[in-house]
Amino acid sequence: MDLMYIHILLLGLIISFSVIAAVNTRIIKAAILLAFISLLTTLVLFLLKMPLAAIFELSVCAGLITVIFISVISLTNPLTREERAEEKTKMFKRVVFLPVIVLVCGAAFYMLEKSVDFIPVVSDAVSVSAETGMWNTRQIDLAGQIIIILTGVFGVIALFKDNKDDGGGK
Amino acid sequence: MTVSLIFVPLILVIMLNIPRLSGKTAYYTALAFFVWQFFSVFFPFLGSQQIADLIGKFFTLNVYADGISKIMIISAAIVGFVSLITSKVFSKYDSRLFSLSNLMLLAAAGINGLVFAKDIFTMYVFIEVIAAASYILISMDKKEGALEGGFKYLIISSIATVMMLFSIALFFLVAGSTGLTEISAVLNDFSGNTIVLAAIMLFITALLIKGGLIPFHAWLSGAYAEAPAGVSVFLGGIVTKTTGIFVLIRFLYSVAGFSGNIKAVLLIVGALSIVIGALIAVTQKDFKRVLAYSSISQVGYIVLALGAGTAFGIAAALFHVFNHAIFKSLLFINSASVEKQTGRLDVDSFGGLGYKMPVTSGTTAIAFLSAAGIPPFSGFWSKLLIVLALWSANCKGFAVLAVLASLFTMAYFLTLQKKVFFGELNPKLEGINEAPLSLTLSAMVLCALTIGVGLFFPYVIKILIFPAVGII
Repeated sequence: MDLMYIHILLLGLIISFSVIAAVNTRIIKAAILLAFISLLTTLVLFLLKMPLAAIFELSVCAGLITVIFISVISLTNPLTREERAEEKTKMFKRVVFLPVIVLVCGAAFYMLEKSVDFIPVVSDAVSVSAETGMWNTRQIDLAGQIIIILTGVFGVIALFKDNKDDGGGK
Repeated sequence: MTVSLIFVPLILVIMLNIPRLSGKTAYYTALAFFVWQFFSVFFPFLGSQQIADLIGKFFTLNVYADGISKIMIISAAIVGFVSLITSKVFSKYDSRLFSLSNLMLLAAAGINGLVFAKDIFTMYVFIEVIAAASYILISMDKKEGALEGGFKYLIISSIATVMMLFSIALFFLVAGSTGLTEISAVLNDFSGNTIVLAAIMLFITALLIKGGLIPFHAWLSGAYAEAPAGVSVFLGGIVTKTTGIFVLIRFLYSVAGFSGNIKAVLLIVGALSIVIGALIAVTQKDFKRVLAYSSISQVGYIVLALGAGTAFGIAAALFHVFNHAIFKSLLFINSASVEKQTGRLDVDSFGGLGYKMPVTSGTTAIAFLSAAGIPPFSGFWSKLLIVLALWSANCKGFAVLAVLASLFTMAYFLTLQKKVFFGELNPKLEGINEAPLSLTLSAMVLCALTIGVGLFFPYVIKILIFPAVGII
């Protein structure tokens, strides 16, 4: 029962940080909030007894990706003071529904937790171990992820590299 | 064949960049790849089998090819080839051509990986490859409309992505695996379970968003109409067909099956898309937007055929996927030709272009007739199969609707043809010439395919379509 309250608390924090990160005017703050979300997700994964996934979440999402985010942000131009003040007033309007979202998600989570036999038990003939399911058949996914990274690199080059001969504008 | 068609484009992209070669080299390399991909389906001994064997010595890759994937690979090769040719005509600068060719190769790797996947998470990864490449391709010109179209696609597609990922997590929770076979076995045992139903519902909804069906179509018209000309060919011809429709076919055929509820959803979404897509298309003033909404309507036919819930229905859907890829690519190429020669796409500003651009006009008319389901073109046969599949599955009302909706298709395409190509020549268009040879040649090849598939449809069905779904 206590563990359930910890889950609900973690879920509430994840949703709150997610919404604040999405509406934040300073992307550096948003990146740090995303790192916090990864940290909280790591805790959830530890509580769900998935240490391998938790370590990956912590090292890749909270660590590596945050470093990449911050390196890229350092290359951008920040908003001016006036622009930030204007955006800040808009930001408060955007988070007004946050408590409602957190409450609804918490209630849904609580109700799901109540009905434990909701999840079907798989027969032994069909079930494979999580390790087998998650890791042993994933080499092709690795290729897919390499392709996504390469595509992202080309995206950055094609969209953000300041090629004078590329034209652009309206 | 499977592995090589995923890895070869990846290796080509690395070779083109280390050291960085010219845009022209990248372009011809990508063209050669699409030609090789096409022939690999029929002649695997042309290198693809040997490369696959070599890669297989080092990696254990969970992929397979069946008749459905072969149809998609052929469609992707044809559409990729012609969309690259179209893109070249609009690429003034070497750097643009270089990025575009590389992105098309990466998108091709994504499409091939998706159609060969036998694991639902692998499908998700490759759908994201295609989506990421598409966002960038749409926005490449950095024009306001294109950036907005790309951004809209990104946001709405991300919602579908989240739904898909959540449903995959639920499938994993229930089946303990993400393999299509394992999930299918579990779904048979727990078909009435709420979590299983939620997972199926979320997955199908995500695919309907990716396919741009009504009422999930908000991203489609902007993305298709504002994207650079060649990219529109690629998007309209193959991207939504693979990320939305192919995965839907694979998921229903190999995993979820066709329960009464699923069939009802497919029939309703299909019928709505056919009618509303056609009605919106009638009101459009932009050439590419008419084609975009027509795509929604045509994809509606595919989903309607799936709603029949029979092997015959799936065969009809697959045949229309292939035919639509061909005639829609042809129409987007011809819209690119018109845009290239006149610098605009507003249909009210044309008139009599057929005198100046006879090849473009003629091939457009044939594509329109095929889309409207007029014999003997390819679209007629696939629509006939759709109607027959619905009729034999006792969905007679939907079969009648499919026939009647063809009249709508006919209406908006005839209006478009009349406004753009027929009638008196607009004096402002006096100095216009036929489109560049590369565009007209591509159009003629696709037009020949539309006619050829129509004339030799028994062979196409017997060799390619029916065996894919196990009909002998």
